[in-house]
Amino acid sequence: MSTATVDDLTAVAEVRKFWTRDRKAGLVFTVLGVVAMGWFGALAPAETARFTLSEDASGAALEINGQLGAVLFGAIAAAAGVGLLTGAARRWLGQLMGLGIVCFVLSFLCWQVAGKFMPLVDTAAGSLELALPLILGAMAGVLCERSGVVNVAIEGQFLMGAFGAALVGTLAANAWFGLLGALVGGLIIAALLAVLSIRYLVDQVVAGIVLNLLALGLTGFLYERLMQTDAAKYNEPPQLPTWRIPGLAEIPVLGPVVFDTNPLVYLALALVVIIHFGLSRTRWGLRTRAVGEHPTAADTVGIRVLGTRWRNVLVAGLVAGAGGAYFTEVATGSFNKNMTSGAGFIALAALIFGRWTPVGAFGAALFFGFANKLATYLSATGSSVPSQFLNMLPYVATIIAVAGLVGRVRAPAADGKPYVKG
Amino acid sequence: MTATEQRETPEATLAREETFLQHFLHSLWAANTVTVTVLSIVLAVIVGGILIIVSDEDVLNTYSYFTARPSDALNASWDVVSDAYANLFKGSIVDPAAVQGWIDGSNGWQAVFSPISETLTYAAPLVFTGLAVALAFRGGLFNIGGQGQAVIGAITAAVAGILIPLPIVLAVTVAVVAGAAGGAVWGFVPGVLKARTGAHEVITTIMLNYTAGLFLTWIVLQRGVHDPDRTDAISKPVDSAARLPHLLGDGLRMNLGIVLAVAATWVVAWLLNRTTFGFELRAVGANPDAARTAGMSVTRTYTLLMVVAGALAGLGGATQVLGTAYALTPAVAGNIGFDGLLVALLGRNRPWGVLLAALLFGALRAGGNRMQSFSGISLELVTVLQALIVIFIAAPALVKAIFRLRAARAARLQTSVAKGW
Repeated sequence: MSTATVDDLTAVAEVRKFWTRDRKAGLVFTVLGVVAMGWFGALAPAETARFTLSEDASGAALEINGQLGAVLFGAIAAAAGVGLLTGAARRWLGQLMGLGIVCFVLSFLCWQVAGKFMPLVDTAAGSLELALPLILGAMAGVLCERSGVVNVAIEGQFLMGAFGAALVGTLAANAWFGLLGALVGGLIIAALLAVLSIRYLVDQVVAGIVLNLLALGLTGFLYERLMQTDAAKYNEPPQLPTWRIPGLAEIPVLGPVVFDTNPLVYLALALVVIIHFGLSRTRWGLRTRAVGEHPTAADTVGIRVLGTRWRNVLVAGLVAGAGGAYFTEVATGSFNKNMTSGAGFIALAALIFGRWTPVGAFGAALFFGFANKLATYLSATGSSVPSQFLNMLPYVATIIAVAGLVGRVRAPAADGKPYVKG
Repeated sequence: MTATEQRETPEATLAREETFLQHFLHSLWAANTVTVTVLSIVLAVIVGGILIIVSDEDVLNTYSYFTARPSDALNASWDVVSDAYANLFKGSIVDPAAVQGWIDGSNGWQAVFSPISETLTYAAPLVFTGLAVALAFRGGLFNIGGQGQAVIGAITAAVAGILIPLPIVLAVTVAVVAGAAGGAVWGFVPGVLKARTGAHEVITTIMLNYTAGLFLTWIVLQRGVHDPDRTDAISKPVDSAARLPHLLGDGLRMNLGIVLAVAATWVVAWLLNRTTFGFELRAVGANPDAARTAGMSVTRTYTLLMVVAGALAGLGGATQVLGTAYALTPAVAGNIGFDGLLVALLGRNRPWGVLLAALLFGALRAGGNRMQSFSGISLELVTVLQALIVIFIAAPALVKAIFRLRAARAARLQTSVAKGW
């Protein structure tokens, strides 16, 4: 974040301000908690809300009175906020903010589910599936941006990946070749991004936006020319298989969600772990971070700045391409024009909301996936809350995070700045 | 790059002593803005032609015996590409057959002006969204939010046009002003966040784009706005008094929007070059620290700048819904915000440059329609062409390398300064 430019201009003097970030966050959570208590609590019918531990209404369930739950969880969120506001609990900032968010969501759920039921396994599985492309896209963003290349082209990489998977998968009649095609699709956009931003020093945001449009036009054009005229030949890719891990899949709730699913989920989870440890514990990670924070210093000690960036951008293209395969080989059975419809930008939001860290981005992607699943659940149960507003959540949350109203997000210092060896 | 420029300075001084014609020819092959722009378009057209060929199975089949009879493949390729581009021209500038028909008396004058009318119709919203991006650029802000601002502008303009019954001139004025106000609000948010908290405008505007899109899909379905006679997501039609009047009779779609667009271009040019605000925003764009030291309020400039930019983009959305669409649908603003971004880059962030760029993009869009219906080439090719043109424009060094252009003396090619998040 180039906060420096404006902060330096608007900051007056070194005054110890009362409204620290902790207190602002505390205020926000207090307000949210009170809203949850008053609004959700008042609207919630005093009926039982059932959260079943299965994919339907049957089986064991966690039950709570809707009204009681809404008020109770709202009160806990408000208490967490007050704790931060008074400054008494400053040490547990992260934990309290987490508690506040979770309780606010639970309060909301108690209101919405009262008198109905919510299948937890189905919700969790759906959230993870919807979060899958976001996780992969956000990991691609982490790889790019930690090395100092802004990646706004995740959307384009998704589209090309989805298209590549559909085209190659159908032609080869093999889902794995389709995945390979997706990787190549993502790689093409990544290579263009690298050429433009690293070699030709084009503004990286401009390059990303233009590449998104190029991917949109290219896939749309080829879709109409090839796939629409002969779908059987070009646009019926086989689906990726489901891998069930024996033993682990028997765990209640968690098992069927995480250990009985498609290989992309395993890939995504593995990538989160690998990138997290890679960035913090390996030579590659140290170099990547050095190049992203202070390329001149990195260059001085002999790290190849441009080489590192090239490598990271290309690997990111592969990861985002795999994310694209989700759309044609997991979610639906065929490619369609502009089928990603903004998922790449939600992945970007997850990356920023997760403060450019793999684990944070993973958490944000899961949260956004859950919001998305919740939106479909609510519109299916005929809720009074319009699903569009829930779908706005990732974007609004990111704006709030970037504006520093809750916590602070900071991009790698050299993110987006081309490096010219001087 | 600077090193090569310095090395060629003696050559440059020599060139200045040549005659005017020599000087002209000399400059022609240098990497100046005009040459790079023209060559970028040429390159994009070539790549587009290749795309047309490789996606045409009949033509590709002729390549299977290329070594035996190359003329077949070349003729077939030439036919399909030239037919496509001929239709692109006929659909956007003039169709010779229609001119012939007018002389013969077999069709009216409308047919002759129809392509131009279509071009101007498509260009008008792009002028507004292009100006919204270009103006912000000059103030040092990268306004990617043109799309969201245009969407909100379309919503407010349409809602005003649907819900407020007014006499003819007043109705259209109120609707247009409502559109500008809606866009201004949507521009105010990232502006004030940037100024007060330092939140990067690229991130906030991207997020606001999608927020606006979702808001549009919601409001279209609300009672009072949604057309009760339809089951799909479409609003009631805008009151006929609130529509932008057609300029050349109802047979041609060209409307008041293009006149407003030209006026807006003039106003923005005046604002930038002749007013205190314009001076301040250019100063802030060039160096915020220096501007602050000189006593200008950076926060105020950023906020005001985004409000004006948002209002311009909002006018683009209003032009779209009051000039051609007449009703809100989830796709009412199309892609005009992102296209406006390309237009601003192509127009090099200068108001009149934006106008010319918007005309080119409008022509591509208008011609693309004819290309789609007459040659069967997907309209998406136009998106590809537009993206390619701007890729080449944004990377002048790439064009320079491809055509082995000499370095320009006045190197004003960099479209924007990269600054990252």
